[in-house]
Amino acid sequence: MPATYEPIATYTVGTAVASYTVNSIPATYTDLRVVINAHSALTPSQDSLWSIKFNGDTGNNYSTTLIRGNGTAASSLAQSSTAPARIGWALTDGAGASYYGSIILDIFSYAGATYKTYLSNNAADWNGGGYVSRIVGLWRSTSAITSFTLTDNNAANISVGTTITLYGIKAA
Amino acid sequence: MILGILASSGGATASASYESIATATGTGSSGTITFSSIPSTYTHLQLRVHAIATAYSGTGGYMRFNSDTGSNYAYHWLAGSGSAASAGGVATQTTMQVLLNNVVGLHNTSANAAIIDVLDYASTSKYKTLRDFEGVDINGSGDIVISSGLWQSTSAINSITFYLGSGSFATTTTVALYGIKAA
Repeated sequence: MPATYEPIATYTVGTAVASYTVNSIPATYTDLRVVINAHSALTPSQDSLWSIKFNGDTGNNYSTTLIRGNGTAASSLAQSSTAPARIGWALTDGAGASYYGSIILDIFSYAGATYKTYLSNNAADWNGGGYVSRIVGLWRSTSAITSFTLTDNNAANISVGTTITLYGIKAA
Repeated sequence: MILGILASSGGATASASYESIATATGTGSSGTITFSSIPSTYTHLQLRVHAIATAYSGTGGYMRFNSDTGSNYAYHWLAGSGSAASAGGVATQTTMQVLLNNVVGLHNTSANAAIIDVLDYASTSKYKTLRDFEGVDINGSGDIVISSGLWQSTSAINSITFYLGSGSFATTTTVALYGIKAA
């Protein structure tokens, strides 16, 4: 049986950038998984929310629902008709240079003709604080996803050392 | 079991420890999808669900193993509605809910997505544990859920029935079954 979980590409941020774009995503898989070890150049806050947009779409075509725990309480948040869409919390220079947040995105039927749904599994802990969160996001477009762009919601740079690995998952 | 995931290095491919077993698509006229004759040659199973209903009724999605309709299922959940977090659990059920209809349920334009892991599915000495991560957002409402499930049977799982509380799966629905092999 052929391998069905295949690495497509790995990107390591070598120069701090305001946003990071992955282009030329092949349409040959069923789902995509994006594994991000995320760090932003933000101080003094220890964490920073990241977002995503697809195919360069800056229209208010995104929405999310999330649940998170911060070590003392659970809460749920939503955004609608917005751009871009939340994917989770990175850790920052405010926490320390060695701290990274984990964001694992699963994008379902990314090349299909329906609106695009993703799930995000996010963990960010800086020893004394942090977030664990799960997010569902919607991009109201029937276009196949060919690119995505990651940004820090506080307009901080994405730091050197951040890694982004793209996997394709192929159904039978 | 440790599953190593290779990053890309200009041509490297992952080893075949995560394999596609079967994929089902919605027919537009049925609310049931069944995987049968599941081989016992893997260690764990994973289902990846992209479910859309033909009409929006707010129903939920459910799962049974080996056509067992007895009161042998239990599950717990943690859910977010976009405004509040909630938790719950039920025991001694005749089915396991895997697409929670806390606020939205199955929708007709936005997919309910789920990743469902069933551990040691072929064991004949263990009850079966299921882990579910799912969500749907319809731009103004949404459900984000993590849940755990139990099937109180030591039988190896050889079939999975995935079904809606009401209505039909749209033809844009896909449910993919994967096998995960240990070393």
